[in-house]
Amino acid sequence: MSVFPATAAAKAKGRGTTAAGSRPRPRKNQRAAYLFIAPLGIGFAVFYFWPLLQTFAFSFTEFGAFGGHTFIGGDNYARVIKDVTVWQALGNTLIYSAIGLTALPIAIVVASLLNRRGLRGVALYRALYFVPFVTLPVAVGLVWNWLYNGDYGLLNEVLGRLGVDRNHWVSDPSTAVYAIGAVMVWSTTGYYLIIFMAGIKGIPRDYHEAAELDGAGALRRFFTITLPLLSPTLFFASIICMINSLQTFDLIYIMMAEKNPAIGDTQSIVGLFYKWAFIENAQGAAAALAFLLMLLIAALTFLQFRLQKRWVHYG
Amino acid sequence: MRRRTLLGGALAAPLLAACSGGGGGSEGGGRTTLSYGMWDPAQAPGMEKIIAAFEKEHPRISVRIELTPWASYWTTLKTSMRGGTAPDVFWMNAVNFQLYASSGVLEPLSGHIKADATPVDRHPEALVRLYAYRGTQYGLPKDFDTVGLWYNKALFDKAGIAYPDASWTWDDVRDAAAELTNPRERVHGFAAEMDRQGKIYPAVCGAGGYILRDGRSGFGDERSIEGLRFLTDMVDRGWSPPQSAMTESVGRVRYWSEKVAMNYDLSAMAGQMYAVPALKDHGGIAVLPKGRRRATIIHGLANVISAKSRKKEAAWEFVHFMAGRRAAGIQAEAGVTISSYEGTQDAWLKSMPEFDLKNFIDMQEYAVPYPSSENTAVWENLQYPLLGAAFSGKGGVESAARTLGEQMDRALKEESGS
Repeated sequence: MSVFPATAAAKAKGRGTTAAGSRPRPRKNQRAAYLFIAPLGIGFAVFYFWPLLQTFAFSFTEFGAFGGHTFIGGDNYARVIKDVTVWQALGNTLIYSAIGLTALPIAIVVASLLNRRGLRGVALYRALYFVPFVTLPVAVGLVWNWLYNGDYGLLNEVLGRLGVDRNHWVSDPSTAVYAIGAVMVWSTTGYYLIIFMAGIKGIPRDYHEAAELDGAGALRRFFTITLPLLSPTLFFASIICMINSLQTFDLIYIMMAEKNPAIGDTQSIVGLFYKWAFIENAQGAAAALAFLLMLLIAALTFLQFRLQKRWVHYG
Repeated sequence: MRRRTLLGGALAAPLLAACSGGGGGSEGGGRTTLSYGMWDPAQAPGMEKIIAAFEKEHPRISVRIELTPWASYWTTLKTSMRGGTAPDVFWMNAVNFQLYASSGVLEPLSGHIKADATPVDRHPEALVRLYAYRGTQYGLPKDFDTVGLWYNKALFDKAGIAYPDASWTWDDVRDAAAELTNPRERVHGFAAEMDRQGKIYPAVCGAGGYILRDGRSGFGDERSIEGLRFLTDMVDRGWSPPQSAMTESVGRVRYWSEKVAMNYDLSAMAGQMYAVPALKDHGGIAVLPKGRRRATIIHGLANVISAKSRKKEAAWEFVHFMAGRRAAGIQAEAGVTISSYEGTQDAWLKSMPEFDLKNFIDMQEYAVPYPSSENTAVWENLQYPLLGAAFSGKGGVESAARTLGEQMDRALKEESGS
C-alpha cells in the first residue's frame, strides 16, 4: 500500500486529466499532503536552496571582509582554475573518494557474514560497527592521531614488533592521505553495513535454498544471488558514499595541524574552501570553488545514474 | 555527519554574535554600559580588576567583558561587525589590524590621544607603530611578548656545558646542540620548529634578513635564507627533531617533558612553564643568541574601538584608562602578560623569581615588530606548506624560500591592487 494514498490518487488522476488538457484541481486532502511535506520543503528552501542561489551570486563578486561586495564577473572562476592548490586539492579529494569507496565492499562482506543463519550476538556486532559512525568526528580524529603518533603511537608499537620501521603516519607526505582515508573507511563502514544488512534481509530465503539444493556453495551464492539482488542498495550506497567523500572536511581539519608538512598533500576541496572563505577573506573565490564542486558532484552523480543501467538489477 | 559540523560552525558564529551583542544598555538613564571583546580567559580576572578600578573613576560607565574563544574570535568578530553588534572596545592583534583599519571599521584615535595627552610614549615604540595605519593611530597597546631562549639547566649540567648567556652566538648554540643531543634517551639539543613567531621570524631577522619591507617579501633574500638554514640545518644534523615529529608533539611540549634542551619561545609562556615543577626548578632563560645581528620578535595586543560603536566617548575613556599607568600596574600584578607600560613590569618579574624574566624586557632594544600587511593571513598561510619539507630534513630550503618569496610578493601585489 502506498504511504501517500492522496498523492498516488492525484497522480493517477493527473495522468487522466492532462490528456484532456486541463490541470487537476487541488483537492482538500491533497492540500493536507502539501502540509505534510512543508516542513521539509521549507527547511530545504531556507537552508539549502536559498544559500545555493546566494553562493552562485556571490561567486561573481569580490567580498569585503566586513560586508559589501562588488561585481567582478568571472574573475573568481579564472582564479580557481589557475590556482595549482585547487588541482592538488582536487587530486586529494579524488583519492579520498577512491579510498572511501572501499568501505562498500568491506561492508557487504561483513553484512553477509553477519546475516548467516544461527550467528549469535548480531545486535552487538552491528552496534560495534555502527559506533564509529555516530562518534563525533573530532573525537575520532583525536583518538586516531594518538594511534598514529610517530613517537608514542600504538600503531608504531604494533608494527615495530612486526619489523616495520617507525613512521609519522599523518605528517609524512607519502602516507598522510592514506592514513586519513583509512580513518574515513573505519568510521563509515558501519553506516553502509546497516544499509546492506537491510538489503540482504530483503532477499527471499527461497533463492538461497533453491541454489543450495542445486549444489551451489556459499561463495557461488554470494556472487550469483546476494550481489546482483543487492545492486540497487549498492547503487544507493555508492552515490551517498561518493557525495560524502567529495565533501570531506572535518576529519582532515582535526587531524592535520597547520604546521603539518603534509598539509598540501592532504587538503581537500572543502578544506581549501574553508581556508579561503574564513581565513583569507576571499569569500567570492570560495563561493566559486564551492559552486564548481557542486557541479562536479552533480556530474558524477548523473554519470552514476547513467551507468547504473548496466549493472543494477531491480527485482 | 560531515554536513552537520560544517553547518554547525557556520550557524554558530552569527548566533553567538546575536546573543552577545546589541543589548549593551542605553546611554539614557545616566549610565553607559560598554562591551569589551577579548579571547583569553586566563586574562579575564586581571581585566575585571582593571574594569573595577575604571568604574570607580567613572561611576557613570560600566564595562562588561564578552569572552569569545580564540578559535572563533575573528570569525565571530567579523560577522558581528557586519551585523552591527560588535563590542564597543575589543582586543586586536598585528595579524588582523591592518585589515580592520583599512576597512574603516576602527575608530581613529589620534585626535583623542592628542586632546587627552594619553601617555603613548611610555609604551614600546615598535609596538605603538604596529597599530598605526597610514599615519593614524587606531589602537593602544596593552601588553607585549618577546621571544627568548629557554634552556634546561639539568641537561646542560649533564653534558657539562656552561649555560647560555648574553654573549652567545649561533655558533655556540650549534656546538651546544650537538653536545646535548642524546639519541639513546631521545633528547635533542634544540627544537628547530617550523613556527613563524617563535622561530622563523627571529632567525631570519637575526641573520640580517627580513620578512616584509616596503611591501616586498624578504624570503628570497640571501640573509633571510641563511636564517632559515640555521634552523633547517639543526634538523638535517639530527640536533632537532624534524617537523614531521614536531607536528605531533610540538617543541614546547618536548621542552616541558625535558626531551629538548633549548627552545625559542614566547615570554607569555612563562606562567605555564612555571607550573611545571621540573622547569621551575631548573628551567633557564637567556636572550636570543646573536646571529649576524641581535634580534627578537616583539608583538603585543592593543585595545581598539569599533567605528560602529554608539558610545564612542565612553569607549575612549576606557581605552585611555587602559593605556595608563594604573591599569598597567594592575595587569602586571595579575602576572599573565608583560604590561607594555614602561616601568610597570617589576610586578611581573617578581611573580616568578626563579626565572630570569628580565631578559625578555631587555630584548626590547633590538626587537623587530611582528611583520604585517593588510591581508597578512594570506601570505602567512603560504609559509608552512612551502617550508614543510625543508623543516622535515628533506632539504631544499633555498628554493623553497625563493618560491615563498615570489608567491608572497604576488599576494602582496594583489592586496595593494584591491
